[in-house]
Amino acid sequence: MTSARQAILGRLRSSGDPAAEYEQIARDYLIRHHEQDLRELLAERLADYRAIVHDAPVSELPTALREGPYVIPPDLPAEWTAGLADRVVTEPYDLEAVGGVITGCAVAIAETGTIVLDHGPRQGRRALTLVPDHHLIVVTPDQIAADVPEALARLDLTRPLTFISGPSATSDIELSRVEGVHGPRTLEVFLV
Amino acid sequence: MTNKPDPNSTSNLGGVGGGRMPTYVGMPSFPKAAREAVADSRLRANLAHATGTIRERRQRAVDELPDWAELREAARQIKDHTLRHLDHYLMMLEEKVTAAGGTVHWARDADEANAIVARLVEETGEREVVKVKSMATQEIGLNEALAERGITAYETDLAELIVQLGDDRPSHILVPAIHKNRAEIREIFQRKMPSAPADLTDDPAVLAEAARRHLRAKFLSAKVAVSGANFAIAETGTVLVVESEGNGRMCLTLPDTLITVMGIEKLLPTARDLEVFLQVLPRSSTAERMNPYTSAWTGVHAGDGPSAFHLVLLDNGRTAINADPVGREALRCIRCSACLNVCPVYARAGGHAYGSPYPGPIGAILSPQIRGIGSDVDASLPFASSLCGACYEVCPVAIDIPRILVHLRARAPKKAPERLAMTAAAWSLRTPKRLAALQRAAARGRRFARHARMPRSWTDTRDLPVPPAQSFRQWWKEGR
Repeated sequence: MTSARQAILGRLRSSGDPAAEYEQIARDYLIRHHEQDLRELLAERLADYRAIVHDAPVSELPTALREGPYVIPPDLPAEWTAGLADRVVTEPYDLEAVGGVITGCAVAIAETGTIVLDHGPRQGRRALTLVPDHHLIVVTPDQIAADVPEALARLDLTRPLTFISGPSATSDIELSRVEGVHGPRTLEVFLV
Repeated sequence: MTNKPDPNSTSNLGGVGGGRMPTYVGMPSFPKAAREAVADSRLRANLAHATGTIRERRQRAVDELPDWAELREAARQIKDHTLRHLDHYLMMLEEKVTAAGGTVHWARDADEANAIVARLVEETGEREVVKVKSMATQEIGLNEALAERGITAYETDLAELIVQLGDDRPSHILVPAIHKNRAEIREIFQRKMPSAPADLTDDPAVLAEAARRHLRAKFLSAKVAVSGANFAIAETGTVLVVESEGNGRMCLTLPDTLITVMGIEKLLPTARDLEVFLQVLPRSSTAERMNPYTSAWTGVHAGDGPSAFHLVLLDNGRTAINADPVGREALRCIRCSACLNVCPVYARAGGHAYGSPYPGPIGAILSPQIRGIGSDVDASLPFASSLCGACYEVCPVAIDIPRILVHLRARAPKKAPERLAMTAAAWSLRTPKRLAALQRAAARGRRFARHARMPRSWTDTRDLPVPPAQSFRQWWKEGR
């Protein structure tokens, strides 16, 4: 394989100082498109993509649960699931057999209605938020970023990342959007 | 014409690119294929409906951002910068991916890439792989190459699944089954999907549900996945896949082994560059502020996702394209498909007429560059355009597609009568005297012009003008 590597790199031999040239790239775009009321904007944009949004304290979370046990990451704050001791389970558990999953998140992007998981604290490994059909996410005010640049600046790209904007969807039939294919078919967000 | 690409017919004749990509068997030149497609009124209706819908929605999504022009310019500059220093950034990527526990492979062409992937699958002992929709693996004909080695590839994207079950070919970059309407999709599912319910309707939600059930067990039991990549970040070694359905997340997360095939031009220097591309791609592609799911991973992550990650870096003509000062712009492409959706030629001829996994305006400049202008279809592709420029207008990385089309037209082999006509024209136009003499001769012969016989390809669609009684220069001279 060394030969293919050498052949490809040999045909690309460049000159100049990439780091200095990189600094010259014109970035005249806006760093954010909205300044204020980011929480309201996030709620509106999440709802645009058919996420169910609750502007409510975390104590109301139990009202959103449907049938079956809900899986949670082991480090989920106890007050998020107060009174739900008989409804929540932790891994190892058959993820196909749960009704849903409850997690926190790393960052939320108001402009695009996106929630980003970095699968760190309160989020669990990636499969946890993928296999169950109902995903309940708790977003705290400090996690809301105005726009994509600010969100990326807060994230560590070397962690596994999942950007979620609404429930699973497809535009593959006549280019019209249909919600609910392989990922969770219901996305429910608590803006606490 | 058979439906499947023939792996033996990969061409790299007369190569600009020197890459290899399947040419669909017996693929006629564009005008011939387009004539058949235009006669198919159902195809035209399906395409007009789908592209019309997405065109308006894209415009709304773009108009929402007052700084779209600045984002587009930044995207262009980032891509151009990366392409100028591709060797530098590729080595950086390799180092970072390796440090994060991944393995990097290099492939000069389609055959090398296919052989690497087949060997990696064989080493796991598995005979099946699940696939995330990927243009790079379409380009190299990976599924067919794996089938030859006894490995079955299951497409998991809904549209790719429709194409695979229907024994069909993709006709659009983003929505490969765009040429099928809901009734046709229902019919394919009823015929080829054993788990489809007897009362399956043609409601898109019902069809999506059938696909979910069909693939569920596959996802949960798959040991090996193959994906493409939308972006890779040199600085961190991170690879990203942008998708909608969650089939990507399934493939990238649940199997033990992940093999990603990525064209070398997909690279971006730093994490910061994503702030531009994660804004321009979804709005250009599916007309959304953000697509439902984007996954990013860096090598392997302990206790989360695949325990083995292989990244296959694919050249397949790209280094040669990068050396062409005009044609290289095509390598900025982020495969959004906005150019297809606005193209009047694509909307009427459909994707199959382009004879390549890359249809539409971007296909017309990519295919002849990757494969080289050898076959009839590749020689005709640079002419598969009215040069209206709509593709350039909507391109989020500002690829001047009309300019590259003209550039490639100059390179396309000319037929003998055309060469003769051009030689004659060049001779006549070389001096004013020759032109004036010919104009006088034409004026004298104008009463014969009505009966003049021109090649049918000209007069079929246009009238042959009768030469004027007097040339402009004669008239000018007399009037003074």
